[in-house]
Amino acid sequence: MDMPAEGASGHTEAAGRLPEEQETYEGLSVPAGMVCDVAEREVLIRARGLTKVFGQFRAVDGIDFELTRGEVFGFLGPNGAGKSSTMRMIGCVSPPSGGELRIFGLDPVNDGPSIRARLGAVPQEDTLDVELTVRENLLIYGRYFGLRRDVIKERTARLLDFVQLAERADDQVEPLSGGMKRRLTIARSLISEPEILLLDEPTTGLDPQARHVVWDRLYRLKQQGVTLVLTTHYMDEAEQLCDRLVVMDRGKIAAEGSPRELIAAHSTPEVLELRFRIDEQEQAVEKLADLPDVRIEVLADRILVYTADGDAALADVGRCGLEPLTSLIRRSSLEDVFLRLTGRRLED
Amino acid sequence: MALAKTGAAAREPARALSPFAVRQFRFWLTNYRRTWRGTVFSGLLNPVLYLGAMGLGLGSLVDAHGTASLGGVSYLQFLAPGLLASAAMQMAMGESTWPVFGSVKWLKTYQAAAATPLRPADLYYGHLLFTAMRLALNSVVFLVVMAAFGAVRSPWVIAALPVAVLTGLAFAAPLEAFAITCKKETAFLLIFRFGIIPLFLFSGTFFPITQLPAVIRPLAYVTPLWHGVVLCRSLSLGTATPGEALIHVGYLLALTCAGSFFACLAYQRRLYA
Repeated sequence: MDMPAEGASGHTEAAGRLPEEQETYEGLSVPAGMVCDVAEREVLIRARGLTKVFGQFRAVDGIDFELTRGEVFGFLGPNGAGKSSTMRMIGCVSPPSGGELRIFGLDPVNDGPSIRARLGAVPQEDTLDVELTVRENLLIYGRYFGLRRDVIKERTARLLDFVQLAERADDQVEPLSGGMKRRLTIARSLISEPEILLLDEPTTGLDPQARHVVWDRLYRLKQQGVTLVLTTHYMDEAEQLCDRLVVMDRGKIAAEGSPRELIAAHSTPEVLELRFRIDEQEQAVEKLADLPDVRIEVLADRILVYTADGDAALADVGRCGLEPLTSLIRRSSLEDVFLRLTGRRLED
Repeated sequence: MALAKTGAAAREPARALSPFAVRQFRFWLTNYRRTWRGTVFSGLLNPVLYLGAMGLGLGSLVDAHGTASLGGVSYLQFLAPGLLASAAMQMAMGESTWPVFGSVKWLKTYQAAAATPLRPADLYYGHLLFTAMRLALNSVVFLVVMAAFGAVRSPWVIAALPVAVLTGLAFAAPLEAFAITCKKETAFLLIFRFGIIPLFLFSGTFFPITQLPAVIRPLAYVTPLWHGVVLCRSLSLGTATPGEALIHVGYLLALTCAGSFFACLAYQRRLYA
């Protein structure tokens, strides 16, 4: 499919080919509310049956997805789901084993340099040069993209402000904290003003506070209309940042949609979490199974009761004569979606 | 002002860009800025120590017994150009193993660069270019010290500079191909101990290989160091002939090209998993 890669001309071209666009649009299982104006959808990445095989292991097993300009798209899944392999293929540093992948309409195997020139990458592991200073890291990276020194200098000042590292500009990278290094990596990935920013597990390994700072910065990028692709195994990260995401499990896509749509489609509005004494849990499971209009999931330490009305369900639990140690009513999350789709928890 | 422009219109206009490998070369230069003083000092110290101890010290004993087997020149003059080639080999060994391994294993700067427009081959040639620059700098310092010791007999010695660089590259290219594939760095010490040091001792640097037992001699002919040593020597003594020079240069070039071919493949395999 030859979507226009050029933004400005792309809009008019796409508008001129509206019928064709309409067809493509209907072919996708995207809810109508998601796309307001069909003509404005510019597909940046398209994957069809994308596969990555390492020896006998199918890390990515025939996935389909599309990324349009301006959206924040996520791959949510546990470790080993194939997220990073997918990300590396998009980043043109890992040739696909099968299927089709087009980025800006280009082929990642043949057009790697021209695609990568328009991408920014934040890898899972920090790849900063810890022997150089913060500023030098941005300089080196900007030079990789063929930027002039004065351009890099101006952007460096702006980006270091943005990631709150301005006062560390001339310090060596080595002693910076994990959160600072992560923010520097994000700044570095933005030096070339990429059209798509790829973030592979952007907050993995950070403490909660550092994670929130990174989220805040990514949220600002999102508000500026930057196209982001991120992988994560944190459901709160996916919920907060992603307009649309796919749930990945064992190399396959289990579901696709916005966080809200996924929750609506695969879970109930509310979840009642119950904890019982260990010797009472088994008995409780039996009784709960008889409650009307609920579905239960039994975890090692608690029971989840999926229901439209948590209060009503809790009242029903009391009427059964069950006395949980603790009870909590909360809204459904992507964690529940994942549990429903795969029978496993995300962060196990 | 937006930090990352979203529209294609905001993209950098395509500029006439320097080749990608040069960008990687500049990366190494930036790194080198912090350590160059130390390396120039050791580059100066190394020939002073060797030429002093072996060229003058040991050389006075050798010269006292007559130097007909050395072609009638003083031991210092015989030894110095050989050491020039050997020094290039040793520098190439150091530059093309640990730094390459470290870039992919410890610092992961190669992975960072691979996410930019640069291709694996650009990373390889960028580093080879940097290695060539360091070899050239070191060889210039060596030649100056040689001249100061009076170890030079011919102005043709100037041509020994590119030959020394080429000798280093003939080692650097295949070593890079090896280093990038390594999972552990223990192999480098073994190469140094059982490859580089024997070559240093037995490739004609300290004595003509005609002194070696006839069975071992062909081994010396296939080692790149012998070609570098012999050509540097004949240039420094002013005895080089075009035919001889062509063979040595051709051999060293062939090794460099073959090594580069495999290094590019190995870089690609390592960085594009």
